[in-house]
Amino acid sequence: MSKVIVVTSGKGGVGKTTSTASLGAALAQTGQKVCVVDFDVGLRNLDLVLGAERRVVYDFINVAQGDARLAQALIRDKRVETLHLLAASQTRDKDALTDEGVERVIGDLRQSFDWILCDSPAGIERGALLAMRFADEAIVVTNPEISSVRDSDRIIGLLDAKTRRAEAGEKIEKRLLLTRFDAARSSRGEMLSVADVLDILSVPLLGIVPEDQEILRASNVGAPITINGSAGPAARAYRDAARRLIGETIPIAVPDEKKKTLFNRLFSRRAA
Amino acid sequence: MSLFRFLKARGTAPVARERLQILLSHERIAVGPRDLVAILRDELLATIRRHVEIDPEKLSVKMDRAEGFSTLEIDLEIPCDKVALAVQDAAPEEATAA
Repeated sequence: MSKVIVVTSGKGGVGKTTSTASLGAALAQTGQKVCVVDFDVGLRNLDLVLGAERRVVYDFINVAQGDARLAQALIRDKRVETLHLLAASQTRDKDALTDEGVERVIGDLRQSFDWILCDSPAGIERGALLAMRFADEAIVVTNPEISSVRDSDRIIGLLDAKTRRAEAGEKIEKRLLLTRFDAARSSRGEMLSVADVLDILSVPLLGIVPEDQEILRASNVGAPITINGSAGPAARAYRDAARRLIGETIPIAVPDEKKKTLFNRLFSRRAA
Repeated sequence: MSLFRFLKARGTAPVARERLQILLSHERIAVGPRDLVAILRDELLATIRRHVEIDPEKLSVKMDRAEGFSTLEIDLEIPCDKVALAVQDAAPEEATAA
């Protein structure tokens, strides 16, 4: 049975594309058939993060408008053979995507894939609404920072109002992926804690991805952190999140600053 | 100097948390599932106005979200004399209906 998941956030730059690529690659590595779909018409980047930018011939809009077959537009990853990409158009107008076109392409993708991850554009405009429209579930990517949390709250409201599932009176499952989390700053009271964000947004947690320099290195070379051999904390977090998506029960460890100095330990209660 | 600063700084995260909580409690009312709240408000207003003349400004419909469920809060102020009149008006109507 296939599952369509929208990766969304409202705010830009919080890690939607990185998360789509990393989770998609991690899911595909378990043998599941995965297609990651870029909905950011005019500002596509998923191809770049996956290192497939020179292999895009046909895109989502070509398929939605019937100018190309789905099989022609799908790009198979060279490292993980069950991972595929459907790129967004870089040149076309974003209004070229219609409800009907998207519905048909998603329907076709459901025939051949176990997982369809839709990388939403930032904002709450048409592109973001189309990306969430036909989703079964949502991953809300949030940074522990006020503007990101506010925008996520807005997106959660839209998921409950504007998706097909919501309109049919069905429940759309939402899970929070907290990215760029800095345990040290959070423990010093300089950054919203995991509990703060969960309390404010009231959405169950899919995973906590710590701030990790490996992520930039991975995108520099077009290899998602889950397939570039990284053993760092972010790669581990994405792998665990992917396994939770599949249904495994893996406890979520809230990262803690382990190397506390004696001085910090003495004053740690102040920040709690 | 840095020691004093450390003692003084309690972290800015609590401020962020509080600001967000206040802001979102307002925004969820304003933008929440906008369509639903607006529809409910209009229909409630129409239903109530069939029986009691009320000031639309005095009807407040709010929706809030918690994990697993949402709550709908309806708050309405009706002047006492209007209630009394409405009850008198409603009585003969019920009689004819029966």
